Parts: sequence; C-alpha cells; structure tokens
Amino acid sequence: MAVDVKLPTLLRVHAGGESSVAADGATVGEVFADLIAHHPGLASNLLGDDGALHKFVNVYRNDDDIRYLDALATLVADGDVISILPAVAGG
Amino acid sequence: MPFVAPTLRLSLAQYRGIVAHCYDGLPSEACGVLAGPVEGAGEPTGDVTEIYACTNADASARTYTVDSRDLLRAMRDAESRGEELIGVWHSHTHTDAYPSETDVRQAMEPNWVYVLVSLKQAEPVVRAYRIRDGNTAEIDVDVAGL
Repeated sequence: MAVDVKLPTLLRVHAGGESSVAADGATVGEVFADLIAHHPGLASNLLGDDGALHKFVNVYRNDDDIRYLDALATLVADGDVISILPAVAGG
Repeated sequence: MPFVAPTLRLSLAQYRGIVAHCYDGLPSEACGVLAGPVEGAGEPTGDVTEIYACTNADASARTYTVDSRDLLRAMRDAESRGEELIGVWHSHTHTDAYPSETDVRQAMEPNWVYVLVSLKQAEPVVRAYRIRDGNTAEIDVDVAGL
C-alpha cells in the first residue's frame, strides 16, 4: 500500500527537509519500517527502545489516532494519509 | 545553531483571544497553537495569521498537553494556506510568564515560539520565548494597538 506520511517540522531534518514523504506497507508499523529504511534518522524519533510507538509522538491514520485503533498494527490502504504529530506539552 | 529571534506580532483580537482562552481554562492551564508564515528552513517570520484555542488534554493546573486532534486540525488548516504552526501558548495560573523546567525539557520544536501567559497577577502577563537544546531566549511581543 502506498501512503503519504506527513512529518512535523522537527522531523523533516531527518527526511531531506520534506514535509511529506511516500512510503509503503500494509500496516503503520510496516510503513514506519519502510520510512526508517530510507530515512534512518527518523528511527529514534518514531519508536522507543521497546519498538513501540514513541510516547512523544502521536500518529493519525487519516482522522483517527492509531493508539485507539491497533497502534502499529493498524492497517493502511492505498492513498491513506499518515500524520505524525509531536506531543506538544509542558508544565 | 544560533537563535533567530523574530518579534512575535499579534493583533489585538489575537492577543485578547489568547488571554481569554487562558481565563476560560481556569483552574486548569489552558493552551493553544499559532499559525503563520515561515521562511528559509522553517523559521517563523513572527507574523501570526491564526490562533487555535485547544483543549488541555491533561486538564491540569500544573501541566498541559495540546489535544492531538486539535493539533491535527490546526496543522491541516495552516497547511491549507501554505503556512505552518509556528508556536504554542499556555497559561501559568500561579507562576510567572517564564518557561518552567518541564516546559524547557518538553519543548520539541526548535523553530517554534513558546508563549507564556501568567495569570498570577490581576493583569495578565504575556511573554514569548525560543527554546532550543535546553536554552531559553526571550523574544519581543508586539501587540498592534496595545
């Protein structure tokens, strides 16, 4: 499945400055693996040491937060848009 | 990387909208994001074209997290105009308009402007900062007509 992955500004430096990159996979996890294969600098920003989604990013498949779907096992379809958002937080 | 320090320029309506959202959020901290034009490698010019009042997902008087759905909506709206999100504001209900240790540690976007609104005194205090690699630098806030 070919999807479009939208990157927040802080991650674009790891993807040649692009705000949006194409990637392939049947699940969000596969899309991330493909993305990381092409842009290795993204790895530590997307996934934690345990291989799960990093707690400081939120990922949406179109309009849905994947944490409330099947997380990295969430299925994707051709033309889906995967949006990666930073956790904007403080005290 | 050196700090680039644009002046944050707000209209009076934007300024009032930001402050009003902070009072509306009491007793919790309130938060929202700012959109505007960027240049070069994503540096904001300091102009603000839209403010987006967001839900504090923490619903806390001590911390804030911008609701990610609100963030996504704001990001899409900004991008539809060829702009970017350029910063975030949040309130400090009982402390000064200065980034807390938590604010500095969790500041993820080196290009963003971090706006602090203190509600500690009778009059609100609004200040803005760049936060990069653990360093904080205040930038000017210019409110048209104030």
